[in-house]
Amino acid sequence: MIKSFKLENLDCANCAAKIESEILKIDGVISASVSFMAQKVTIETDDDFDIILKKVKAVINRVEPDCELVLA
Amino acid sequence: MNKKLRQALKTIILAAVLYVIAICLPAGWGKDVFYALAYVVSGFAVIKKSLRNICHGDIFDENFLMMVATFGAIALGEYSEAVAVMLFFQIGEFFQSYAVNQSRKSIADLMDIRPDYAHVYENGVLKKVSPEVVKVGDVIVVQPGERIPLDGVVLKGQSSLDTKALTGESLPRDVLTGDDVISGCINLSGVLEIKTTKVYAHSTVAKILDLVENASSKKADIENFITRFARYYTPIVVFSAAALAVVPPLLFASQSFAEWGYRAITFLVISCPCALVISVPLSFFGGLGAASKVGVLIKGSNYLEALAKAKTIVFDKTGTLTKGNFSVAKIAPENGETAESLLKTAAYAEAFSKHPIALSIKQKYGQDINLDKISDVKEIFGVGLTVRLGKDDIAIGNQKIFAQFGLNAPEISEVGTIVFVLKNKKYIGFLLIEDELKEDAIPAVTEMKHLGHKLIMLTGDRKEIGQKVALMLGLDEVYAELLPADKVEKFEQLLQQKAPQDKMLFVGDGINDAPVLARSDVGVAMGAIGSDAALEAADVVIMTDEPSKILTSIKIAKKTLLIARENVVFAIGVKLLVLALGAMGYASIWAAVFADVGVSVLAILNAIRALYIKN
Repeated sequence: MIKSFKLENLDCANCAAKIESEILKIDGVISASVSFMAQKVTIETDDDFDIILKKVKAVINRVEPDCELVLA
Repeated sequence: MNKKLRQALKTIILAAVLYVIAICLPAGWGKDVFYALAYVVSGFAVIKKSLRNICHGDIFDENFLMMVATFGAIALGEYSEAVAVMLFFQIGEFFQSYAVNQSRKSIADLMDIRPDYAHVYENGVLKKVSPEVVKVGDVIVVQPGERIPLDGVVLKGQSSLDTKALTGESLPRDVLTGDDVISGCINLSGVLEIKTTKVYAHSTVAKILDLVENASSKKADIENFITRFARYYTPIVVFSAAALAVVPPLLFASQSFAEWGYRAITFLVISCPCALVISVPLSFFGGLGAASKVGVLIKGSNYLEALAKAKTIVFDKTGTLTKGNFSVAKIAPENGETAESLLKTAAYAEAFSKHPIALSIKQKYGQDINLDKISDVKEIFGVGLTVRLGKDDIAIGNQKIFAQFGLNAPEISEVGTIVFVLKNKKYIGFLLIEDELKEDAIPAVTEMKHLGHKLIMLTGDRKEIGQKVALMLGLDEVYAELLPADKVEKFEQLLQQKAPQDKMLFVGDGINDAPVLARSDVGVAMGAIGSDAALEAADVVIMTDEPSKILTSIKIAKKTLLIARENVVFAIGVKLLVLALGAMGYASIWAAVFADVGVSVLAILNAIRALYIKN
């Protein structure tokens, strides 16, 4: 399953790159892309999305606490 | 400008004023107080962020590096430089955020095609609702000036539609009762009652928005390169700075810590790769936006990059280079017949036929047909038909029609679809039917050739027709008489022949060439407005059916890639140069500030150019 989410207050391109590489390290994530310009994260996984999403939120909170993932 | 940016700007102005006062004051404790104030104002947020990131174990955070660099400068008594580093760092950040916001906003404006509401009939009463709740088969009403919220068919009314936001086409499109309309267009003149054929999520406007919003998630190679580069660049520069500060003074007694510390600080100031990391995606974002402005939707930065690298362009013929509708190109009467009478006879003979060729003959004739005169219509499958017209027996069809009457077919030198007509078993002439080239096909193809592209055409049509079209357009190669499956096979062969770094483009109308679109490096679908299959299968979607848009897309792609490359070379070049000079003691902290902030600003200004295209 592939889903995209909006990232609010994603202000720095370097952080976007860091968030992307950290999300890719999460077990169960097949692919992930953070678009700094579109302020979006796209995640592909076959696992339970809620569990993955919780981990993704933790990663974002650690790398860039100002940035917030919005469930749409 | 949002609240955050306004706040940042105020901070910068305040810090700058304090800094200028400090510079103007004579040496003494007053000067130092103002330096300290300017430093605190400009550096507070940076230091706060860096302390927070250290807790996360992230020492290569740009804020932390700036903090260390300025602490170093303060320790060396370089107060002015310390403030300058912080102040210019903030100015650079501010400028980046501003540019990024502006460019996000201009793309958002460009894609402002989202309908806010729909007027729908519920139990005979018109209600204003959100487009998402309208069901298939509901009847919606669109007033002049409103945006059509869902795809559908016009039940009542006529109007003209502004499709500019979708297609880049400025001429309005007329619609009548019974016509299909797509969401996202603006109704210009009359009230339209529309029966919806799709829910909002499946409507054109939702699909386009989804496609555009996700395009920048598919990254180009050069974007990935720069992210990888940044991951190694910062640690390397930081460790070099540490080594620079410590090693030479320890090895050589004559070298002072102060001197080498200063050089290490210049390294730290240049260690942030932000300009690079921002300017490359910013260029691609602009390129994608520029393309959608002219009605070309590109599904990812990677496809924009591939478009720029495309050497070979493979075209489908019908519907791509030609209009896909037939027209009578020549009327050739024989044996004493006049042209008018031949055309009239042919039009009457084809009166009941719905075949595209029959339609083109009737269109050319252009007058009403008295159906009472026609009787005994008999179709000969794969050949043509015979009819009784008044007191004459008419036969019309391809050259096999002659065999039906034991006659020999005449030799015809013209290339195209030939329709022969016989009256009472006597040959009275033929009509030449051709598919017309699109208006802009010749100039577009000629320019592609000038740009050095290799042009190939695949067609299911007869060999002679394919060759004629290829000759008119000046294509390099043509492969004809291909069934849909043969097209895929031929395309596979062509893919194997090309050099691996070349990208191969396939341009089709998206209707029956989805397998080839999928197989190509970049699949371009033309005339895709309203065609779901094309929107799905293609990597690049040209909303109108003009071949010249292919050329425009390639130009936008090349410009975007050039800008991205300029930025990479320029930014890395300047940084390496200043690093080298800094290590040798020739570059001051001021030069380092330029290499950091100055380069950022220039790279971003350059990247913004990608958003603007010349027509």
